[in-house]
Amino acid sequence: MKYDIVVIGGGPAGLAAAVEANKNGIKNILVLERDRELGGILQQCIHNGFGLHIFKEELTGPEYAERFMDELKELNIEYKLNTMVIDISEDKVITAVSPTDGIISIQAKAVILAMGCRERTRGAISIPGSRPAGILSAGTAQRYLNMEGYMVGKKVVIVGSGDIGLIMARRMTLEGAEVKAVVELMPFSGGLNRNIVQCLDDFDIPLMLGHTITEIRNGNRVTGVSVSKVDENLKVVEGTTFDIECDTILFSVGLIPENELSLKAGVELSEVTNGAVVNESMETSVPGIFACGNVLHVHDLVDYVTEESRKAGRFAVKYVKGEINGDKENVIDTKPLNGISYIVPQKLRTAYLDDNVSLYMRVRNVYEKATFVIKADGEIIKEIKKTHLAPGEMERLSIKTDLIKNRNISELTVEVVEEVK
Amino acid sequence: METKKLTCIVCPLGCHVEITKNDGTFNVTGNKCPRGEKYAIEEMTNPTRVVPTTVVIKNASLSRLPVKTSKPVPKKDIFKVMELINQVEVEAPIKTGDIVIENILGLNVNIVATRSMKSVI
Ligand SMILES: Cc1cc2nc3c(=O)[nH]c(=O)nc-3n(C[C@H](O)[C@H](O)[C@H](O)COP(=O)(O)OP(=O)(O)OC[C@H]3O[C@@H](n4cnc5c(N)ncnc54)[C@H](O)[C@@H]3O)c2cc1C
Ligand code: SF4
Repeated sequence: MKYDIVVIGGGPAGLAAAVEANKNGIKNILVLERDRELGGILQQCIHNGFGLHIFKEELTGPEYAERFMDELKELNIEYKLNTMVIDISEDKVITAVSPTDGIISIQAKAVILAMGCRERTRGAISIPGSRPAGILSAGTAQRYLNMEGYMVGKKVVIVGSGDIGLIMARRMTLEGAEVKAVVELMPFSGGLNRNIVQCLDDFDIPLMLGHTITEIRNGNRVTGVSVSKVDENLKVVEGTTFDIECDTILFSVGLIPENELSLKAGVELSEVTNGAVVNESMETSVPGIFACGNVLHVHDLVDYVTEESRKAGRFAVKYVKGEINGDKENVIDTKPLNGISYIVPQKLRTAYLDDNVSLYMRVRNVYEKATFVIKADGEIIKEIKKTHLAPGEMERLSIKTDLIKNRNISELTVEVVEEVK
Repeated sequence: METKKLTCIVCPLGCHVEITKNDGTFNVTGNKCPRGEKYAIEEMTNPTRVVPTTVVIKNASLSRLPVKTSKPVPKKDIFKVMELINQVEVEAPIKTGDIVIENILGLNVNIVATRSMKSVI
């Protein structure tokens, strides 16, 4: 089989990239999805809060996904379900397996990686104890409850205050469970503020910041946890331990981009994002292989996923049409400085920039009043004031391309300067 | 004078707004758009929320259909709304936007499907 563009993953990232590529003039596209339906993680995110930027209305996850699925079908873009990609080679031969087709091999001119991410598990953050029933990841519990209608427990403690954990606190409460606490190691929550308000505060669920689980008690099933305070070095403070009785522990301790395939294709990954290193077009270190959505870096807003993925789709088309000719032109490295943990994209080829450059990034700490200072080779080119910054909320800064184009700049840095009170 | 600090939850930006009530008039600051002002005033007078949940569905490839309240409902009614929703069973095929319960609790709000599901029989 031969296709111009093959998209791996049929979540919002893959759907938006495929639709955009089609609209830009390439019709020979194939989307491969391992699940039994398109839509990705959004199908289990039944809460509202999606699409305010893109559609100017507030949709639930499935509603947001369905709009793109409908568009894909209207445009007659080909897709295969129950098809799991198991290998991609550097010269873009994709190997996939499906119950109906067996093993298939596809040669693509361009590949768009949109495999999303998976949840960190309890093992990834090492909590002592055996493996009784009643310990799950929050995302697994979400899938069980929202798609199969299966309640995983009655008295729940949630570890980690990422968005999935917060959303599940409300969801379990609405379905009659008692959520005893959300325990968070850090002094701030990793989730969106609005979720703390409408998922915890609305139901008087305590958020225990700066706390950790030190013991899980159990028979065949979890019977309770011990919780202790931690100090500023995240070490347990002696004598602060207390017990909470529960039958279920949900872990919501973060997401990791799913990049085993990218590695096989020889794509360079960033140690900070765990996703590919990309340029302004969302193209990875392997020419013609693009990445977008949660496989590139973990997003909290699907709108930004869509934006980024459309760009990947548009540039995959340019690549296939031969409109991109190497890296000879001026390449600017983006570099996170004080207060910023990463910036995507990592490289900007000035010849291919649109009128504005979008830089996606996360800050390291909570800041109440701060300024983003953007410098080109050490010279300030833009300052953006913000009233509230948190690591859980991805920031997108937009700068005019004129400020950096044709000036032979080699490095663009961003730092946070906190306002002194 | 009464002042409250709130987090606007109308969209995921989550602006930190401050509302001051003075002789029956409200002054709202910190909101990035007009919806934030409306939210803050409602939050002080009659807080409401959209309720997303699921209902049992028959003849579909999954056993739950996601639904939501078509408009926000008063916060105090959330559990009453849940109780009624949990008594409902629907049958595939269903289309996004189909009404599952009309005018729930007389609130002038419908419970609507938030995805389409094909029939598997
Ligand atoms: C629980 C939760 C709550 C969220 N809440 C909000 C919110 O309120 N508002 C908001 O705007 N955003 C929210 N988000 C963020 C948003 O949903 C995600 O950023 C977005 O879904 C990411 O899209 P994606 O397409 O990159 O990944 P996914 O949706 O994960 O899609 C990836 C797809 O790739 C497929 N795949 C993976 N590997 C392979 C393979 N080898 N072969 C074939 N297919 C493969 C998967 O099956 C999946 O369908 C939330 C995310 C989560 C997890
Ligand atoms: S004030 Fe406007 S922009 Fe800010 S959170 Fe509310 S709705 Fe969003």
